[in-house]
Amino acid sequence: MLKDITLGQYFPGDTIVHRLDPRTKILVLILYIVALFLASGWVGYGVMIAVTAVCMLLSHIKPANIFKGLKPMLLIIAFTAALNLFYTKGTPVLPGWIITWEGIAQAVKMILRITLLIAGTFLLTYTTSPMELTDGMERLLSPLKKIGLPIHELTMMMSMALRFIPTLIEETDKIMSAQKARGADFENGTLVQRAKALLPILVPLFVSSFRRADELAVAMECRCYHGGSGRTRMKQLHMTWQDGAAILLFALLLAGMILLKRFGL
Amino acid sequence: MEPIIRFENVHFTYPEEEQESLRGIDLSITEGSFVAVLGHNGSGKSTLAKHMNAILVPTEGRVLVRGMDSSDEEHLLDIRRTVGMVFQNPDNQIVANVVEDDVAFAPENLGIPSRQIRERVDAALRQVGMFELRMHAPHLLSGGQKQRVAIAGILAMEPKVLVLDEPTAMLDPHGREEVIQTVTRLCREKGMTVVLITHHMEECIGADRLIVMSNGSIVADGSPAQVFSQVELMEREGLDVPETTRVLHELGLPTDVMDPETCAERIAAKLRGSSAASEYPMNGR
Repeated sequence: MLKDITLGQYFPGDTIVHRLDPRTKILVLILYIVALFLASGWVGYGVMIAVTAVCMLLSHIKPANIFKGLKPMLLIIAFTAALNLFYTKGTPVLPGWIITWEGIAQAVKMILRITLLIAGTFLLTYTTSPMELTDGMERLLSPLKKIGLPIHELTMMMSMALRFIPTLIEETDKIMSAQKARGADFENGTLVQRAKALLPILVPLFVSSFRRADELAVAMECRCYHGGSGRTRMKQLHMTWQDGAAILLFALLLAGMILLKRFGL
Repeated sequence: MEPIIRFENVHFTYPEEEQESLRGIDLSITEGSFVAVLGHNGSGKSTLAKHMNAILVPTEGRVLVRGMDSSDEEHLLDIRRTVGMVFQNPDNQIVANVVEDDVAFAPENLGIPSRQIRERVDAALRQVGMFELRMHAPHLLSGGQKQRVAIAGILAMEPKVLVLDEPTAMLDPHGREEVIQTVTRLCREKGMTVVLITHHMEECIGADRLIVMSNGSIVADGSPAQVFSQVELMEREGLDVPETTRVLHELGLPTDVMDPETCAERIAAKLRGSSAASEYPMNGR
């Protein structure tokens, strides 16, 4: 069950989307999200779906992988859709019904919006290695160092956290098996009972994580880690004309969406 | 020749502990040698290792690495890039999600230009035989492979000394073999000074020098054959000796050799000797 977690997963590849500079991809994602939230009419949503589909095709990421990532979000999507379905005022579908035509339209748009939002984010993490991603973040946020924010430390923590996700998942599985062997029951009982059953997993997990952190810190010191000053990178980031083109295209998309909103499409 | 690491009357007590973990260690390690340190849990062997690259500094006495005092903050980075350290659990030493990014971590910290980092990373991965797997995710590798990646991560600093603190404790026999072979090759072919901390007797046989630790002191120091020949001492420390040494000891023969050939010859000689003296020869001709 824990193996299904797709957070921070990366599918290596050599497509144009993979080759783009991580900074470009982060900027493009921001532009994409703003554009998505500007979409209000069907034409706007149509354009966004088309853009997402093109990106997916270019990156060779199978739609199945995106939908797998959507699974944990299904409940939230369904809930949002239901709320919109029942609480939007307008002309009822049949006389006397709560459900209105406007409600149906609104619910569909909401589903599209959340799905596209998640799809876009997944396209970034699926095509960018965590190392590149944190590197890109560090570079993008580096101006904030001037006002005293510890950007290097924050991005370092982020990349460590991503690095240890699989290790901790493995560890959790091991602890769960060990507790099951001692008669722990995680599958039955009320919600409260099941939550309580998690305690014997969390305590050992925390203890071992602290020990790991301690050992990792010593190992990093042994490898001459002394903070972000004076560090160089093996893989240097450099932007090409393709990065410029990608940013330009998405800026145009954003401008287009603003226009569409103006005309109410 | 000036030793690469020198301990001068080193005492060490962990904070909030009363017993000393190291009690007056004097030790010189020659460049290019393969030194094994054998001892039980709590014998002070890991504490000894951590003094070699200034993770711990002595409470009394001093440790010199190429003449640099380990308690001098100024030399800290120089000492750490001279003496690389590999630990027990490979999972807790690997910092990146891709093998080659992990190996690049140390040279990146040292501020080396990116093209040279690339060269060092490739060279280090080749030395441990992990070049083909450079794009892999570390958590999908076997224990022995992970530990070899950890060794490559240290080699990329181009250290003079490689200290391994029980590098095989968490590995299966196959992984242990992989790691010990890699380390031995680094010492013999590249002239790397190796200090191997272990509690597996078999891993010490190939070393140039074997040090036995007990209760924070060095109780035996010499070539593996010399040290293992002190069978009573080893038994008192609860440590194993090689089969050959044990057989010679049981037969009451001198125990200063380890290789099976010489051992067999000695036993044969003894049998011949006893058969000549006996009225009923065991072996007719």
